[in-house]
Amino acid sequence: MQELKVLTEFCGVINPKDAKDYINVGGFEGLKKAVKMDGQEIIDVISDSGLRGRGGAGFPTGRKIQFAYNTDSDIKYIVCNADEGEPGTNKDRVLLSENPFLIIEGMAIMGKAIGSNCGYIYLRGEYSYIREILQAAIDSCVANNLLGKNILDSGFDFEIRISSGAGAYVCGEETALFESIEGKRGEPRFRPPFPGVSGLFGKPTVLNNVETIANIGLILKHGADWFKGMGTEGSPGTKLFTVIGNIKHRGIYEFPMGINLKDLIFNCCGGVEDGHQLLAVQAGGASGPFINAEQIDMPLDIDYVSSSGGRLGCGTIMVIDETNCIVDIVANNAYFFKGESCGKCTPCREGTTRLYNFIEDISQGRGSLETLRKIDDLTETMNAASLCGLGRSATVPVTSAIRNFRGEFIKHIDKDYCPKCQGKRGDIA
Amino acid sequence: MDRTEYNQVKASTLVEVARIAAPYRDKPEMLMEVVLSVEEIVPMFSSQVTAVIAREMNIPQTQVYSFISFYKMLYTGKRGKYIVHMCQSAPCHIRGAKEVLESAEEFLGIKVGETTEDHMFTLAYSPCIGNCDISPAILINGRVYGNLTPESVRDVLKGYIRGEVQ
Ligand SMILES: Cc1cc2nc3c(=O)[nH]c(=O)nc-3n(C[C@H](O)[C@H](O)[C@H](O)COP(=O)(O)O)c2cc1C
Ligand code: SF4
Ligand code: FES
Repeated sequence: MQELKVLTEFCGVINPKDAKDYINVGGFEGLKKAVKMDGQEIIDVISDSGLRGRGGAGFPTGRKIQFAYNTDSDIKYIVCNADEGEPGTNKDRVLLSENPFLIIEGMAIMGKAIGSNCGYIYLRGEYSYIREILQAAIDSCVANNLLGKNILDSGFDFEIRISSGAGAYVCGEETALFESIEGKRGEPRFRPPFPGVSGLFGKPTVLNNVETIANIGLILKHGADWFKGMGTEGSPGTKLFTVIGNIKHRGIYEFPMGINLKDLIFNCCGGVEDGHQLLAVQAGGASGPFINAEQIDMPLDIDYVSSSGGRLGCGTIMVIDETNCIVDIVANNAYFFKGESCGKCTPCREGTTRLYNFIEDISQGRGSLETLRKIDDLTETMNAASLCGLGRSATVPVTSAIRNFRGEFIKHIDKDYCPKCQGKRGDIA
Repeated sequence: MDRTEYNQVKASTLVEVARIAAPYRDKPEMLMEVVLSVEEIVPMFSSQVTAVIAREMNIPQTQVYSFISFYKMLYTGKRGKYIVHMCQSAPCHIRGAKEVLESAEEFLGIKVGETTEDHMFTLAYSPCIGNCDISPAILINGRVYGNLTPESVRDVLKGYIRGEVQ
């Protein structure tokens, strides 16, 4: 299977700080068309393309834009979620630092569609070194009349501001992200109201992931049918995958949606490193399920992956070889969620800590079957009662690992010696 | 910046803090920008510093403090000139992050969460820094180092001690 470079075509090729460079290779054609269209026409093209969110949930992008279009307000916002906090995910970093013009163009087009004159890019603190590139790209667009007042002499104004995070995974959740831009602690809000009605500063807002936005200019340029020609029926287009862990060729790859996970690992990325055996794969970042080597023969398409209990989400594929202990990795994962819970609601604040303690108990030979039963109860409560996706997704890796690697958990409960995690017990790093 | 200022921030520094915050009076949404700029000139966000920010921006001091304490890359306690964020998430973990961490701890003579006596380095745990394609990775003041080994992490730190890297 060949890589299909659509979003990444000019990554590493153009100067990310000079808009002219991107114009010279055909960039901003989508924006040129969009400024002459009316809002509903733009939204129809995006809806028709079948584009779905690349940030996690796979929500249809056109519908999201339509909500904000339908709400009356003189001020509206476009927000780009560049928080990329999901452990194992590096794809947005590549787009942000190597072709930020795709993001700028997509935001401006959405701005034109809903009648917004202002966009924010929320950049995670860990990517502070990218801010300078982004700012230079924005300035270069302003200098070339692609942003600012009277874009391309169409009478449409649009400006983009950069807002920084400073280390908080939960700020990737859309309402927490709004709070953070507003100068507050990044704690999720109760919903409704939804962002399309009341988002950033209480105004109608469209928020999308970096990769989602990067598709929009190209869809406008080439048309919805072009986009539907790639990928699967339910998930058209390409997808960026970050393939990492114990794999021969680590990196960020772009393939049509629907590529088979097994092919991706063994054919495209060279298989497991150093001739080791495959133990497990975690797809979808830290909040994705752990699956075993028998389960990896599946197409990576948004609906297929969710029907099998997973989330294609951000397209992260973490490959784990048999030298690792799955219980140890699940403990590392539970520690992450314990540290990132914002503490606003009890099921998650208390639940993530309890969950970590249970896994640690098992890992250190203090667990019993009763512990597994308690984990069941706890995860059920967390799923039902957590305010935001963090508290719900924290349970997914744990329950999937127990289901798919039950034997390993029982071994640790039985206090059988585990040569793989023995040296690591009692701490997390 | 003078790191003997931990306990008593100089008046001249506080004047500088006020100068940074003053343009954003009644604009609480600029708090992150103010905090990030102030961070460059103060040794830590002590109560003197947060009081000045609160006064100039006209927001409660508790809001400033609760804001800073929420974000993991901001510190209300002592920190060194260089903050070494050691990634601890699974993709780095399964490629030897623990050994890299232990080597750094031993080399600097401090544990994670601590600051060296000369106030040069703070070692901090960090979740994924978005460079798993070169794990195990660390982040030092906006610079990323990857594919580390227990040996190479020491060389990285030495570069800062020698002043080769600023
Ligand atoms: C705890 C948590 C963290 C999230 N982190 C991110 C993130 O880092 N980047 C992202 O794009 N979406 C993240 N999301 C999903 C966003 O809330 C939102 O659904 C997404 O950005 C919408 O964009 P899309 O429709 O383009 O996918 C996160 C969600 C939760 C609950
Ligand atoms: S689920 Fe967790 S992260 Fe989300 S609001 Fe509740 S405590 Fe905060
Ligand atoms: S897990 Fe260490 S950089 Fe992502």
